[in-house]
Amino acid sequence: MLIAVIVALAVGTYAFRVSGVLLRDRLDLPTWARQLLPVAAAALLAALAATAALTEGAAFAGWARPTGVLVGVVLAWRRAPFVLVVVAAAGTTALLRLLGVP
Amino acid sequence: MLRDVAAIGAAIVAVGASFGAVAVAAGLPVWAVIAMSLFVYAGGAQFMAVGLAAAGNPMAAVLAGLLLNARHLPFGLTLGDSLGRRLWQRLLGSHLMTDEATAFALARPAGEVRHRAFWLAGTLLFVAWNAGTVLGVLAGGVAGDPATLGLDAAFPAGLIALLLPTLRDPDTRRAALGGAALAVLTTPVLPAGLPVLLALAGPALLAVHRLRRPPAPPTAQVVEPENEAHAVRAGRQESSC
Repeated sequence: MLIAVIVALAVGTYAFRVSGVLLRDRLDLPTWARQLLPVAAAALLAALAATAALTEGAAFAGWARPTGVLVGVVLAWRRAPFVLVVVAAAGTTALLRLLGVP
Repeated sequence: MLRDVAAIGAAIVAVGASFGAVAVAAGLPVWAVIAMSLFVYAGGAQFMAVGLAAAGNPMAAVLAGLLLNARHLPFGLTLGDSLGRRLWQRLLGSHLMTDEATAFALARPAGEVRHRAFWLAGTLLFVAWNAGTVLGVLAGGVAGDPATLGLDAAFPAGLIALLLPTLRDPDTRRAALGGAALAVLTTPVLPAGLPVLLALAGPALLAVHRLRRPPAPPTAQVVEPENEAHAVRAGRQESSC
């Protein structure tokens, strides 16, 4: 049973990944569609980042995580190096949790 | 670039270790935990599958995991030949396509630079996730909770930092902010994975809008009613894939 779950997940996930890549060759996309694909990817990644920053399961994630993300975003906005953005976001959240913020 | 990927890679080792530890603690055999990280290679779906499979609900584990990973199809469409021109590059590269590798690649200009960014991030993060998983399996409970280190804030912050330059374009900014708001608002009521896919509504609306009002340049063609209906259909398909 377990092996069936793993195989189904592995095959299904790979099918999603590879079909986009291979379809791109077969489809003769008009210019407007080709211009919209990066917009679509950006919208998906933004939605992913927003839900990961604010929610845990179906509920609010608590204040520590979004605060840390906000610190990272402000640093990124100020053109801080990427490593600093990531470390500051994690550090802020870790510190807030240490202080008892959920 | 290498340093940037290494920063996310370090966080991924830690989360991978937590996956290894959680999965072993949930009663999964070691081979299954390692096989999941190698062959499924999708963190969110793996955590979800372990939870649901341990709760005796394998069918839900598969469906929920696949719904969560459907977003990789539009990622693949966007990346296209950034993976490489050869078939083996596309087949192997597809497996390395994660949110982070996609974000690193799309943050670079299309062409050779993006191709190299994708493979660097893709390979390094794959090694990081699997090394982390093995560490977690070996260390068990010692691996600790990544939340204590605030790593759950590191990933969204990193993704947004990679996205910021593309948000200078007004259309992209509107679509991204609208999509993000829609996803957050629907998260409490929809199954995981679906809210993120709803973010495609923004680009889909944009597509319809652009077709209704073709741009002014001389190459602009008159939009026939037939074409428009086709575009609306395409938009719907896009938002449901």
